Amino acid sequence: MSYVDDRYYAEIVKAFSDWERADLEVRDANVRDQCRALLEREVRLLDEARYEEWLGLYAEECVVWVPAAERPGDPRREVTIYFDDRGRLEDRIFRLRTGKAWSQVPPSRTVRMVSNVEVFRAGDRLMVRSNLLLNEFRAGESRALAAWCAHRLAGGKIEAKQINLLERDQSLRNPSVLF
Amino acid sequence: MHRSIYTDPAIFELEMTHIFGGVWCYLAHESQVPGPDDYLTTRLGLRPIIVVRDSNDKLRGLFNRCTHRGARVCRDARGNARTFQCPYHGWTYFNSGKLRGVPWPEGYACDFTDGKYNLAQVPRVESYRGFIFGTLNADAPSLSDYLGAAKQPIDEWLERNPGARVLVTEANRLRFKGNWKLAYDNAADGYHVVFSHRSLLETENRHAADPNKGMSFYMGKPDEAPMYVQYFGHGHHFKDKRPNIERRAGALWEIEGLQPGMRSYEKAIREKLGAKALRALDLAASEPVNINIFPNLSILGNHIQVFQPLAVDETESIWYATAIVDEANELEGMAEAVNAIRMRTQESFPNFGEVDDAANFEEIQKGLAACEDEWVYMHRGLGIPGRVQRLPDGTLKAPATDEVFMREHMKEWQRLMATRPNIQLAR
Repeated sequence: MSYVDDRYYAEIVKAFSDWERADLEVRDANVRDQCRALLEREVRLLDEARYEEWLGLYAEECVVWVPAAERPGDPRREVTIYFDDRGRLEDRIFRLRTGKAWSQVPPSRTVRMVSNVEVFRAGDRLMVRSNLLLNEFRAGESRALAAWCAHRLAGGKIEAKQINLLERDQSLRNPSVLF
Repeated sequence: MHRSIYTDPAIFELEMTHIFGGVWCYLAHESQVPGPDDYLTTRLGLRPIIVVRDSNDKLRGLFNRCTHRGARVCRDARGNARTFQCPYHGWTYFNSGKLRGVPWPEGYACDFTDGKYNLAQVPRVESYRGFIFGTLNADAPSLSDYLGAAKQPIDEWLERNPGARVLVTEANRLRFKGNWKLAYDNAADGYHVVFSHRSLLETENRHAADPNKGMSFYMGKPDEAPMYVQYFGHGHHFKDKRPNIERRAGALWEIEGLQPGMRSYEKAIREKLGAKALRALDLAASEPVNINIFPNLSILGNHIQVFQPLAVDETESIWYATAIVDEANELEGMAEAVNAIRMRTQESFPNFGEVDDAANFEEIQKGLAACEDEWVYMHRGLGIPGRVQRLPDGTLKAPATDEVFMREHMKEWQRLMATRPNIQLAR
């Protein structure tokens, strides 16, 4: 559980900068379809609160990075909305499962839409850009949160995901669902 | 207290003058405007404000409102500018607030050197050790007198950091549909912790063989724990949880829950600093204090939390994270490693704790819609002999689970609401 170190941070920061380049775009329809299928499965598992299966889509060494700044900087020097390694993601799931996480009692009902999937090659890995629309109903109210996401894939697993919420540097009401 | 203080729009409107216009309110931290011409935009109550360090290095709180027709002249969250030009008709102001010029002035018969055309500004802006406050009230005491006995814990909070300095970085910004006082009432409340934060306490201790991580010192009989709450006057209070923890280097670090990168940076810090490592690691852990400065500031853990009212039933709760700055190199190059842990420890409470409080604040606001059920109670500890002590300096001290601090800040709130402040804008 101690895979996050200075080298790991540096690698993640580098992986999520300068990757949306036309010359790296993957045009193979089969690859793009596999990536899209993985993203679609991911949001379905989240919508169905199958969090343990959802985490199973992630590599053993993984991170979910939700920046709080308009332009994601270096999470070693600034806070994010969250920057969760596997242990923290397990904590997050554990907390929701206690039944005493009042921000999720009653739990949100969600429908997540994934679209605009583009795939880029980054060395021996793939970087997938997608748009996310998270529709949420909780405690009598509905809302939508939009984000663009970047998934770093290796061997069919998600190694890292960055979720850039539209309102990432603005105040968010009850951001307690898993992104 | 009567429910209407949380629900009545007319009371909220009066608060924006009597409270947020009447006392010193926290505006920003100096590290957010470190150099000349640096600015950020914020609010004083509902008033849009530009906090700027002007070209002569003077801190100002300019009203972000064009003198001409009222548009906000600055629409950016932060930046660096010597002048602000209104995008509507082009009136331009120096960052001192003085009018620089208007397009085609020959169309006006007036004298634009008349001060009334300058931007309005907060007449009194002062800083206490990096914390910038402003008040519109000419009769308010000095900032130092206003902070009073609260200065001591602020000093202690700063002085644990190298050079007694912190740097504000990004923030966890939350918002809830509830009155701003629900957050302030909660700020020193040691009674809610084991209930409202049950999921956090269980999560923090899910791996611990000895379940003493995080805020677990609230478990059992928190009334009898050595932590205490102190009321300082002027609505300020202090929940001091430090007595629950042994006073030795490394004690805070030991109870910190596991965060990404923690073990790797800990190893590097221990190897580099040897015996001094524990002090450095404690800086990455949360300082167990809540220092609450009425009406809109709470210094807690390593956070600078700001309560920003938006409407009678809507509030922002902004958790500015702080980093350490080690100019004298006390930590022998390990400050960045400390900050790398400290960023993650600061994400913990907003994600795993505050969201649940905010859900409870929203449920209070909904519950208070029951208009015939008029009263809410804040009487924990009241009438129990010996429970509340008056200390020689006039401050009040009680168990951390008492609501004495709420009763006292509400008395101050009532006093302020009955007194018209002497508001004088500068230009």
